[in-house]
Amino acid sequence: MHPAVSIILFTALSGLGFGLMVFLGIDPPAKGGWVMAVFAALALGLSTVGLLASTLHLGHPERAVKAFSQWRSSWLSREGVVAVATLVTFGLYATLIVLFGVTVPLLGWLSAVLALITVYCTAMIYTQLKTVPRWRQPLTPVLFLLFALTGGALLSGHVTLSLWLLAALGIAQVAAWVQGDKALAASGSTMESATGLGPLGKVRLLEPPHTGSNYLMREMIHKIGRKHSQKLRIIALVLMVGLPLLLGLTVEVKHLAAAVIVLSHVAGLFVARWLFFAEAEHVVGLYYGARG
Amino acid sequence: MTEHISPPLDLSPPVSDEIRQTTCYMCACRCGINVHLKDGKVKYIEGNKAHPVNRGVLCAKGSAGIMQHTAPSRLRAPMKRTGPRGSGEFEEITWEEALTLAADWLGPIRESAPQKLAFFTGRDQSQSFTGWWAQQFGTPNYAAHGGFCSVNMAAAGIYTLGGAFWEFGAPDWERTKLFMIFGVAEDHDSNPIKMGLGRLKERGAKVIGVNPVRSGYNAIADEWVGITPGTDGLFILALVHELLKAGKIDVDYLCRTTNAPVLLDADGMFARDADGKELVWDRVTNSAQPFDKQGVKPALHGDFDGLTPVFGKLAERYLSDDYAPEAVAEQCGIPSDTIKRLAAELAQAAFEEEVVIDQPWTDFRGNRHDKMVGRPVSFHAMRGISAHSNGFQTCRALHMLQLLLGSVEVPGGFRFKPPYPKPVHAHPKPHAGVTPGKPLDGPHLGYPRGPEDLLIHDDGTARRIDKAFTWDAPMSAHGMMHMVISNAHAGDPYPVDVLFLYMANMAWNSSMNTKGVMEMLTDTNEDGSYRIPKIIYSDAYSSEMVAYADLILPDTTYLERHDCISLLDRPICEPEAVADSIRWPVVEPERPGHEGVRGFQTALIQLGVKLGLPGMVDADGNAIYKDYADYIVNHQRRPGIGPLAGFRGDGTESGRGAPNPNQIEAYKQNGGFWVEHLPEAAQFCKNVNMDYQQWAADMGFYPSDKPEPYLFQLYVEPMRKFQMAAEGKGDHQPPEHLRERLKIAMDPLPLWYAPYEETRIDVADFPLHALTQRPMAMYHSWGSQNAWLRQIHGRNPLYVSGDIWQEHGFKDGDWATLTSHHGEITVPVVRMDALNPKTVWTWNAIGKRKGAWALEPDAQEATKGFLLNHLIHELLPAKGDGLRWSNSDPVTGQAAWYDLRVRIARAAPRPQTAPDTGAQKNPVATGPDELEYGKEWT
Amino acid sequence: MTSLPQSTEKSLGLVIDLDTCVGCHACVVSCKEWNTGAYGAPLSDQDPYGADPSGTFLNRVHTFEVKQPEKPAQVVHFPKSCLHCTDAPCVTVCPTGASYKRVEDGIVLVNESDCIGCGLCAWACPYGAREMDQAEKVMKKCTLCVDRIYNDNIPEEDRVPSCVRTCPAGARHFGDLSDPESGVFKLVEERGGMDLMPEQGTKPVNKYLPPRPKTDTAPDLDVLGPLLAESTEGAGGFFGWLDRALDRI
Repeated sequence: MHPAVSIILFTALSGLGFGLMVFLGIDPPAKGGWVMAVFAALALGLSTVGLLASTLHLGHPERAVKAFSQWRSSWLSREGVVAVATLVTFGLYATLIVLFGVTVPLLGWLSAVLALITVYCTAMIYTQLKTVPRWRQPLTPVLFLLFALTGGALLSGHVTLSLWLLAALGIAQVAAWVQGDKALAASGSTMESATGLGPLGKVRLLEPPHTGSNYLMREMIHKIGRKHSQKLRIIALVLMVGLPLLLGLTVEVKHLAAAVIVLSHVAGLFVARWLFFAEAEHVVGLYYGARG
Repeated sequence: MTEHISPPLDLSPPVSDEIRQTTCYMCACRCGINVHLKDGKVKYIEGNKAHPVNRGVLCAKGSAGIMQHTAPSRLRAPMKRTGPRGSGEFEEITWEEALTLAADWLGPIRESAPQKLAFFTGRDQSQSFTGWWAQQFGTPNYAAHGGFCSVNMAAAGIYTLGGAFWEFGAPDWERTKLFMIFGVAEDHDSNPIKMGLGRLKERGAKVIGVNPVRSGYNAIADEWVGITPGTDGLFILALVHELLKAGKIDVDYLCRTTNAPVLLDADGMFARDADGKELVWDRVTNSAQPFDKQGVKPALHGDFDGLTPVFGKLAERYLSDDYAPEAVAEQCGIPSDTIKRLAAELAQAAFEEEVVIDQPWTDFRGNRHDKMVGRPVSFHAMRGISAHSNGFQTCRALHMLQLLLGSVEVPGGFRFKPPYPKPVHAHPKPHAGVTPGKPLDGPHLGYPRGPEDLLIHDDGTARRIDKAFTWDAPMSAHGMMHMVISNAHAGDPYPVDVLFLYMANMAWNSSMNTKGVMEMLTDTNEDGSYRIPKIIYSDAYSSEMVAYADLILPDTTYLERHDCISLLDRPICEPEAVADSIRWPVVEPERPGHEGVRGFQTALIQLGVKLGLPGMVDADGNAIYKDYADYIVNHQRRPGIGPLAGFRGDGTESGRGAPNPNQIEAYKQNGGFWVEHLPEAAQFCKNVNMDYQQWAADMGFYPSDKPEPYLFQLYVEPMRKFQMAAEGKGDHQPPEHLRERLKIAMDPLPLWYAPYEETRIDVADFPLHALTQRPMAMYHSWGSQNAWLRQIHGRNPLYVSGDIWQEHGFKDGDWATLTSHHGEITVPVVRMDALNPKTVWTWNAIGKRKGAWALEPDAQEATKGFLLNHLIHELLPAKGDGLRWSNSDPVTGQAAWYDLRVRIARAAPRPQTAPDTGAQKNPVATGPDELEYGKEWT
Repeated sequence: MTSLPQSTEKSLGLVIDLDTCVGCHACVVSCKEWNTGAYGAPLSDQDPYGADPSGTFLNRVHTFEVKQPEKPAQVVHFPKSCLHCTDAPCVTVCPTGASYKRVEDGIVLVNESDCIGCGLCAWACPYGAREMDQAEKVMKKCTLCVDRIYNDNIPEEDRVPSCVRTCPAGARHFGDLSDPESGVFKLVEERGGMDLMPEQGTKPVNKYLPPRPKTDTAPDLDVLGPLLAESTEGAGGFFGWLDRALDRI
């Protein structure tokens, strides 16, 4: 799939924002007041920027409000509805703390649960797609949730927990890659099944339908070399898990170290998210001989 | 889940304001089209269901007509060259200036030496008009593009059967049970063949494709025979060998409808009676009798007082082991078992699955038949077998195979479309009699009956600039357009002053040796003047050729013009019906802000008036026809016979009749065409069927206005005359260097010899065959300027067989250098396994010159597309005898571009195919960055 | 709405005969010209005269080569457009309800005024049947010419999709695939019509008729042998046969 910047920003930033909300909701900063204001602003900012970035991806953002209508059947619609609900709930929760010094734990917990559901919905937008076998596995929502929780833990300063989460994230990510590499083959979709010509022999593309490019090719067929992808995977893993874990286990996590850990993790998250899209093979590529 | 709701929809929106019915011109197929207009703009083009050619269907080109009609490449005004030739620098001038300039160039020539005008037309569908114009001018130098297209097919067809495959006939799609198609992936008759194939598939008839490349029609063939290029003739003669050996030939048919029984004298000429009628040996009376005598039972072999029937000679030749499948298998690349099985399948379909129609008819001997008996085997072939230096004889071989099977003009077989079949003697001979200031002495093109009809001077030099109808190419029935530029450049046989071309991209894909031709067009004398002094060109679009001309006469698009698809030319008939059609301006030719365009034929009439050409001006010098439409309605070739055969006289007469001033209106009312069905008894066996012959004579198909029944010619006597001359007999003698070649090539019975190019080079050095073909979506069309079609075929790779791919270690994305004896190109390659192992091929004419066709200079056509033409030379490599023979068929002069031999080598990928022929300035509009056609209607 | 109907009154769709399609692209262009001036937004083209022309097409013809060891390779032309799936994943993923499947005939459509251009439906489609128009930024797809097939302004015989009407080889058939009496239903039965990517579970309405077995792979001289049995031996023998044949006329 085409690794569109808007979608990488959307999923990565909103994940971080909602992940942070989870921790702020369950365990608001003891000092309250402006500290909460900063954290809440960060959480709301990240998720809002992420959500706004997603509208950049839309052909008609002015009609975006229509996307709230189909929550009964569409994960994308659900994601929108729950995201707004989360923002409103968390906003209310945070406002009460910041402006009135009133902490309503129920609202906090509700925000946390909604935030997790939002992230789950985001993940399900991709997980639901049978057409992209690499995404259609239980590890996809697990991974999205772990990304959100790890990022949230790191941003909210839950150091110990974050180290456990980093480890879990690393394991899940590697598992998702291993699983994902086998997914297309396991899906049963081949050029032979795509064309129904299997009984006649091995199928290959002789001529594309048009020599010119098209939307499908640009959107669904992103080719990335195996070597290139292995390199990027290592970079992603080192940045998002390796370095933060190393620093977390070896040095005292104070301001500078914390900043390095967070930045490294976020950088790794972006690389991993880029790979999440770029490596994903849409079965339509079979019709273009691009999955051989 | 909520209840499912569908929003309201307008299911019956009006399609258009008006439908205008005309004839498509996106290629040579000439389908009827319904042009939907909305707000005066073309909205949708669909096939005309009532039309005899396409019966409602329409191909990709036809449906893309909107983009052709609105292409930015359309010329907008007459133009005069301002920069050097090839630069594309022009100034727009008025029509008056343009026609005056042309008349100033042409007028003096006509009065002194009319042959100094060379007038050649390309995809012209008005040849009966343009030829007539050239004849009135008086130049012998006129032809269309058949010489490099498929004249072998046409001439072999006319000399053998009285008509060609092409669009002049069709398999009996409703009855044929086995259809074999040679070397065709797409053809002129593009939609009818597709419709026919669909019908065969529906009926479960078998389709066999004989083609080195399994594309197009061959892809759906039930069997593919991946023959080695240039060996089709050998393969066919092996089939003939097998059929003869097994006695699977239609003896009765051969006796009745072919010249198999005609007696040959010791010279190999037909024995004739005092009336000039060919004689056969009657086994009843044991005497020589005229072939058409009622009740004769002719012998097919034997020696009768020194006379022998044609068939005896024929059988002896092809029963020879030289033609045994085992002897030809390796050369053809077809296992001998397969050849035998195919022969058996032909025999099975022809003789075990006979088709009988209960339709009485009368033959020309006066015999009444109560049935029409058919052999349901049919064939089609085109350029694949004809664009070889052995193409004429190969085409002849195929027609012989058809005749031996008894499958021409019978139910289930191959049928002609009126006014064909028509014997050679009902066709004109070629003419080149020049008198300054006067018309030519007859039509330019025709069918020579013998050496006496050649167009040569007493000293043997050619009368025509293209050297057609000389000993180099005695039966070059379509002329040799591909030789015009190089001969004019060389001043051989004489220099010309004005080269006048219409609709032929000779500076690009319509020439072999493209780069060389571009150089010839720009080559100068010592004084700086051009070797070819003046070039006038007419086209509707900014082609490569436009840049090389001095004066441009801008033509209209096909939706803006009058035309007639005439029985005098290349009609649109079907085997069971005679038909013709018109084009008319369904939209007006508007070029806002510019002088505007005129239909070329109208411009030609106006030029003729300026020149005072006979037939175009009356005694007072006034124009007889104001434009082409006026000519179409009022011109008469013979009394009562005009360009259009329908709605003549008072509007009810067909074939013959006085000019009808309302004729075009009548055509419009009738959907743009006229059709009349053949009488039932005239549907088959047309060459010998008196029901047909009388009907055809009444329609005015024959210059004699009498029935012209005739025999199919297994043995072609005019060829024997040329062959005899080569043997030293007769008054007209060929030059010495051509004798040996003519002795073989002019054999009156079909034979096979190796294509010339491979006999002149070291085959080990050039082990591969290289072919080109046009893709269906662009066949015979001007597709690259078309925004929709160029997305389908915007660049062309070289397809390489799996064997070659592996041998050279090619990988996806690789490029290769392809080298011939003449040139070298470097191009991208793609693997194809469904390909003869010794062959590479590509789509033709996708590559374009930078700046042409109003495409941006970095268009992929110009950077990734390429032409194979650069590898092909109009002459063969030198042989050491000091002579450069022409790279063409020795009988017809057909350009032998399928003889090309090459070698291949891997090359590094690069941004631009080689050679790069530079750029030309775009003299017309540039296209928009984005198209949203029809936005105002949505 | 985004949910799929429980059932549709008809299942209109196409049957495409891969044994007959010659790959001429007629359907591709006819579709383009009809639909650029019909239902919804036009089908735009970007850079139409430039280096990389690219436009919206609702139907495209791919060309595949199929090879079995020791047999000649085959070429198959493969037209592909929306298959109007019974379980259309493109419909259920739509967040706005713009994508829907008609109850009346099962046609899958996009209500363009509700389309936000998110592209998710194109992602959900395994067949590449949906293309986002780059000028109008809405999702375009085959409408089965819903504005032709019921159109009172069009002669009844022409009330078929533009691609079907134009197909020169007759390789495209249109009808109600849920009706056992329909021509298309029978064709599918007779010729073993197949689904593309059945493993995707989309239950396409459109069916493909596979290429019939080719005979070039099975020389069968045994059956045909007698036809070529020599009735003649050498030229002399041949002429003896010829005389007998002449006598029979």
